Amino acid sequence: MSEAKPVGGKVFTGPFLFFLVITLIGIYFLAKRFMFGIGAVSNMNDGFAWGIWITYDVVVGTAFACGGYSMALLVYVFNNGEYHPLVRPALLASMFGYTLAGVSVFIDIGRYWHIYNVFLPWFTNFNSVLLEVALCIAAYIAVLWIEFSPTFIEASTGTKSKVNKLLIFFIALGILLPTMHQSSLGSVMILAGNKLSPLWWTPALPLIFLISAITMGYTVVIFESTLSALGLKRPFETDILAKLSLVIPILLVIFLVVRFGDLLMRGQFGLAFSGDLQGNMFLLENILHIVPLVILASATNRKNAKMLFLSACCLMLGGLLFRFNTYLIGFNPGEGWNYFPAIGEQFITYTIISAEILLYMIFVKKLPVLESHGQAKV
Amino acid sequence: MKIKRRDFLKGAAGCGVLAAVGQPANAEAKKKERLPGALGFLYDSTLCIGCQACMVGCKKANEMPVESSDLLPIWENPRDLSAKTLNVIKKFESGTGTNKDQETDGFAFVKRQCMHCVDPGCVSACPVSAMRKNPDTGVVTYNKDACIGCRYCQIACPFNIPKFQWDSAFPQIVKCQLCSHLLPKGEIPACCSSCPTGATVFGPTSELMAEAQRRQQMEPGKYYDYPVSSLDSGKNFSQKAASYVPQIYGENEVGGTQVLMLAGVPFSKLGLPELPEKSYASTAETIQHTIYKGMIAPIVVLAGLYYFVNRSQKDKD
Repeated sequence: MSEAKPVGGKVFTGPFLFFLVITLIGIYFLAKRFMFGIGAVSNMNDGFAWGIWITYDVVVGTAFACGGYSMALLVYVFNNGEYHPLVRPALLASMFGYTLAGVSVFIDIGRYWHIYNVFLPWFTNFNSVLLEVALCIAAYIAVLWIEFSPTFIEASTGTKSKVNKLLIFFIALGILLPTMHQSSLGSVMILAGNKLSPLWWTPALPLIFLISAITMGYTVVIFESTLSALGLKRPFETDILAKLSLVIPILLVIFLVVRFGDLLMRGQFGLAFSGDLQGNMFLLENILHIVPLVILASATNRKNAKMLFLSACCLMLGGLLFRFNTYLIGFNPGEGWNYFPAIGEQFITYTIISAEILLYMIFVKKLPVLESHGQAKV
Repeated sequence: MKIKRRDFLKGAAGCGVLAAVGQPANAEAKKKERLPGALGFLYDSTLCIGCQACMVGCKKANEMPVESSDLLPIWENPRDLSAKTLNVIKKFESGTGTNKDQETDGFAFVKRQCMHCVDPGCVSACPVSAMRKNPDTGVVTYNKDACIGCRYCQIACPFNIPKFQWDSAFPQIVKCQLCSHLLPKGEIPACCSSCPTGATVFGPTSELMAEAQRRQQMEPGKYYDYPVSSLDSGKNFSQKAASYVPQIYGENEVGGTQVLMLAGVPFSKLGLPELPEKSYASTAETIQHTIYKGMIAPIVVLAGLYYFVNRSQKDKD
């Protein structure tokens, strides 16, 4: 299975230093947050109790980290071994994405020193959607590190580890857990009720979030593969990506049918054309889903690295906007509350993103993650 | 894609199970009923003179810090609920603002604090049971020793009641707990005991409901007796009945609340949201409990996934 090899090369490159500087600025704001409270760096308020830390770092961040989940679904459930070369880099990105989402939760929650209370049976509330999300994400972070562990073993011993029964159990768990919490990340906003625009408030939110998360997973694999090829000067994996990208239009059709079917059934579709910010953002969100659908419906486009990358970018923005719309833009607590992230708050988010990129760069250079031939054998 | 037809069908079946897990269920949750011992108060906007004695009483009873909205703070005047203010009187005004309890060219007061919902969003939301509904009195309380500060209660409250100490390194959530530290001593909530006009009266919610219904039957302009402080205080206050809007706010909103309100102007004018009769908590919990009932579905799916992953490994060998 493993023809993966460390890419090698210098770690301290120009881009590496750039992301390092951002990370250091963010650490200053983090110190401020822990010394003086969340209000010292953030514009979050009693109306908008959740800002970009939850919306971007956790909700969008874990959706973008669904590459490992989606690839596992394809390789193990649909039994497509040919995509195996894409699993390990996807798993790596998922591992960082989720781990840093966990770190973000720690930064975001006010009483972080109580974080272990979610594991104490006398405190846990099984009616809480957020408890399910918290436990699932915590478990999945552990599972991701276990799933990735053969890579560490290979790097240190130089031998290929054999997949054993226990690892198979963890791979299975690694498919179950994201199915649970990615759908629950939709359920979370059902409680927002009247404060969330009917364009996004629906009992179908968990289903829509799940379909979107799986779609994001494949999209991110294409996105990361292209960027890795460019950044690490490796050949493009266009052949295998062209095949993989057929999944995306299929998922997009399902997503859009459920999304619009639900809106029409609830009779709220008219709000899309109200001309206000929420209506326009809804339209933009869906354009960003429909354009990649049109592009990727064509087999010629799927074989074109540029078109693939363009669709992936579009779709990532679409998935991002869908989540921002559900958690922030479509959310209106009334009473004149408003929110735009403060500089310090933004920098903490940039730091999370930078840290993820830095770690990804170090890992692919030092550990056997990427396929040595660049082009995977089919 | 080179997928064997048989494998594809198996995979598709697996995904079907996964989708079923994610599928929201339509099963209706049983509506939560008011507890027989539910306590609350009735706020009658038409009796409120905006004196803010209840705000002072609340601050004293709960040892809350003063809050001034002026640049040069001379006296306390919080504009709204905050991490320092659990209870606030606000004013609605329109046109010339001269006639009390009139929608046009009039004014009216409104008291805002926790409504103590029958099926509270905050209690459903809280992952660590820091928000609890007292099983006897139905009062919604907060426990800082459990709270992790996730603020989901703030997202989940349709009335925007829980507040967070944003400027503290060791913050807490702050909300009205119906003076639950006074109730065991036989005392009543400070806002009720300090109200001079009977605009805020304490009592069991069932009796408050009967009182609210009695007031809605009153003939505007005629004199009636209104209880002061609590329904059973024995103190009464005679007052000309106002013309009420035909709604008892809190009777049905999000499954009902233990605090009830009457007013002479529409509640939307007083800044209160229009809410459905079904609580959002019951919608969310129905979906969640249907999917995760006894953890059966997740375990079945996990077993299925184990089979698929195992098979894919065997195929390769």
